[in-house]
Amino acid sequence: MADLSASGSINTQSMRDNYLAMTRRKRAYGGVILAIFVLLMVTGFQTVDARSAGGFWEGLPRIFDFPAGLVREAWEKIDRMPANLVTFFPALLETINIAAVSTLVGAFAGLVLSLLSTRGLAKWPRLIGLFRRIMDIMRAFPEIVIALVLIFILGGGPIPAMIAIAIHTAGALGKLFSEVAENADLKPVEGLESVGANWSQRMLLGVIPQVAPNYLSYTLMRFEINIRASAILGFVGAGGIGYELRNAMTFGTGRFDLAAAIFVLLFLTIVFFDQLSSHYRNKLVKGNQS
Amino acid sequence: MTMLSTDGDLRAQTVKIFSRKKFVALAVPAAIFVYLTYIFISFNFAGLVERARMDNARTLVADSYSYKTHVSRDNRSGDLSFAIEGARQGTYAAGTHPDWVAVDGSNMVVDLGDGHVVTYLDDNLVTYEMPDFPTITLQLIDDVVVTNLPDPVPSWVNASDTRVAITTDAGRLTYTRSKAEVFRYSFGWEMFWFTLSSPYHNVGLTALLTGPQLDANRSNLAGAWQDFWNNGLWRHSDVAWALWETVLMAFLGTFGAAIIALPLAFLAAKNFAPVVALRFAVRRVFDFVRGVDGLIWTIILSRAFGPGPLTGALAILVTDTGSFGKSFSEALENVDGKQIEGLESTGAKPVQRYRFGVIPQVTPVLLSQILYYFESNTRSATIIGAITGGGIGLFLTQAIQTQNDWEKVTYYIILILIMVMVMDTISGWLRRKLIKGDDGGH
Repeated sequence: MADLSASGSINTQSMRDNYLAMTRRKRAYGGVILAIFVLLMVTGFQTVDARSAGGFWEGLPRIFDFPAGLVREAWEKIDRMPANLVTFFPALLETINIAAVSTLVGAFAGLVLSLLSTRGLAKWPRLIGLFRRIMDIMRAFPEIVIALVLIFILGGGPIPAMIAIAIHTAGALGKLFSEVAENADLKPVEGLESVGANWSQRMLLGVIPQVAPNYLSYTLMRFEINIRASAILGFVGAGGIGYELRNAMTFGTGRFDLAAAIFVLLFLTIVFFDQLSSHYRNKLVKGNQS
Repeated sequence: MTMLSTDGDLRAQTVKIFSRKKFVALAVPAAIFVYLTYIFISFNFAGLVERARMDNARTLVADSYSYKTHVSRDNRSGDLSFAIEGARQGTYAAGTHPDWVAVDGSNMVVDLGDGHVVTYLDDNLVTYEMPDFPTITLQLIDDVVVTNLPDPVPSWVNASDTRVAITTDAGRLTYTRSKAEVFRYSFGWEMFWFTLSSPYHNVGLTALLTGPQLDANRSNLAGAWQDFWNNGLWRHSDVAWALWETVLMAFLGTFGAAIIALPLAFLAAKNFAPVVALRFAVRRVFDFVRGVDGLIWTIILSRAFGPGPLTGALAILVTDTGSFGKSFSEALENVDGKQIEGLESTGAKPVQRYRFGVIPQVTPVLLSQILYYFESNTRSATIIGAITGGGIGLFLTQAIQTQNDWEKVTYYIILILIMVMVMDTISGWLRRKLIKGDDGGH
């Protein structure tokens, strides 16, 4: 901000003029930014609309056709719903397992990476930059890239999806973890060092207990995200409920009861784990404060 | 944490707490171990060794940094053809051939390097000389591929009556009923800049800038740019469009969601909601939209809007409206009421109170959240694009599905990583600027 009382003789009129000029300038900047933003939105929308097979305005009235048809068909065959839910439960379990294992593995890798890339804690302070870059690259990989390449080598199934999600999770959590670790109190670490503890002992006994609630909270949040990711990866061939969904969709009209059952399972699962994780996260944050 | 009560046996309590801690310290790793064992069995890790196609991995790695030239002779007509990556754009013009091939009529000698030589002779006879192994001969007799290979054949040969494939470090020879084809691997992405049909192929940068004009109709620089941009094999202009489309999907989705979510968030925030029932209804809508998840929205919307980036942008928009609605309303619940009271005391109307009392307080929080989502949606747009058929995600899946364009897959992966990292950097920079340089936001 410009200093309003810069002039030697404080003059109300000049202050007022200055203030008004500044407000006008700010408004002008704001207006220009808003105009650019609106322009980008409008032209962006037109570009995307022009490059799509169906147009926005033609599609808009049809938006509820598919959900309506789906619900109608599912309702007609509502007696089959329980059986369908049971059929797809193993696939759902696989999706949850993919998310859980990749969160577990990713969180552990993220933990190690974060400690190695935090100033004051790193085992090799010179390599902090290197480990940060490694995390950046791991984080930048969209899961689908690794999953598709691994499917080519390892064949379909849950393992490519698991590895792909774990890599992204390690990078994403590593960054969040190291932000937490930066604020950790170094006194316990120094105390442990003075009695001859090695690096892993110092981290395990001096740092982890301090950061554990935050780390757990971030990990739970990541688990929520990873359930969604693992469902999507299934859709491109990595097993689990997503794969079943793609099959059900290709069966088309007549078998939409299957798709409806999968939608229900997926919706309930996501809501359930969202609630569970936000409950425990609240608990962790509160426990941290007391 | 459990507090020690002062009355009663402190020691016994301490021992109890310690034993519980010890139990947890053992039980948690044990539970994780048991779970991982279950996963190991249920994901069939043991079968991975059999399922894994290490030859696929080798092809992938080799293809990603090298290109192969296909040299083939038709068994019926005796026609020779030379094509980089077997592509139309990479076919050598009639009468020309790579310098490691010696042509004599319909016969030729292909030097694969390292002492590996493939010779094409009369009567569809092909020989493969290599160090440390007797020369292999292949010939088509009565529509059967006959070789002098020992039985059983070495592991690097794949042989049947109709097809023999010999794969060595130097290259690959495939002999089928219709043709005998040699792949020779060379380092680099040969036609990345220009295809063989372009006059600028294999012309150095200095020659391009200072040398004589290669095409009578175009200046060197303009012509080179045209040929590069319209490179039919690497499709640079299409790829650039696809990247732009991906960013656009994320941009429209994220900011569109924010625009829709902001007014709704006022309805859902405890301190602003006009009607309690409406507040609950809006909250349930947010929860529902978030719970349905991007994948299902993508499928539902692609039914209405067809394949393309529009569906992707709308799927991001719908999903994030739920997320934004929830987090915006939480941010609104945390605003300081004093500013609003102050404005009220000067006679400001509700809209003015929101505009000058609330928006400036929440803008930095909201904008930094929006930017964070924008950055992560660039990644999501790649994935959604692969499903709905838009942007770089589509290019990537197509290249992977052909299973031999690994150099393109590598190229797309590098581009995606650069795109994501650039978006990360820009959004991180903007967010830092917003948080640090915030002076009211109006």
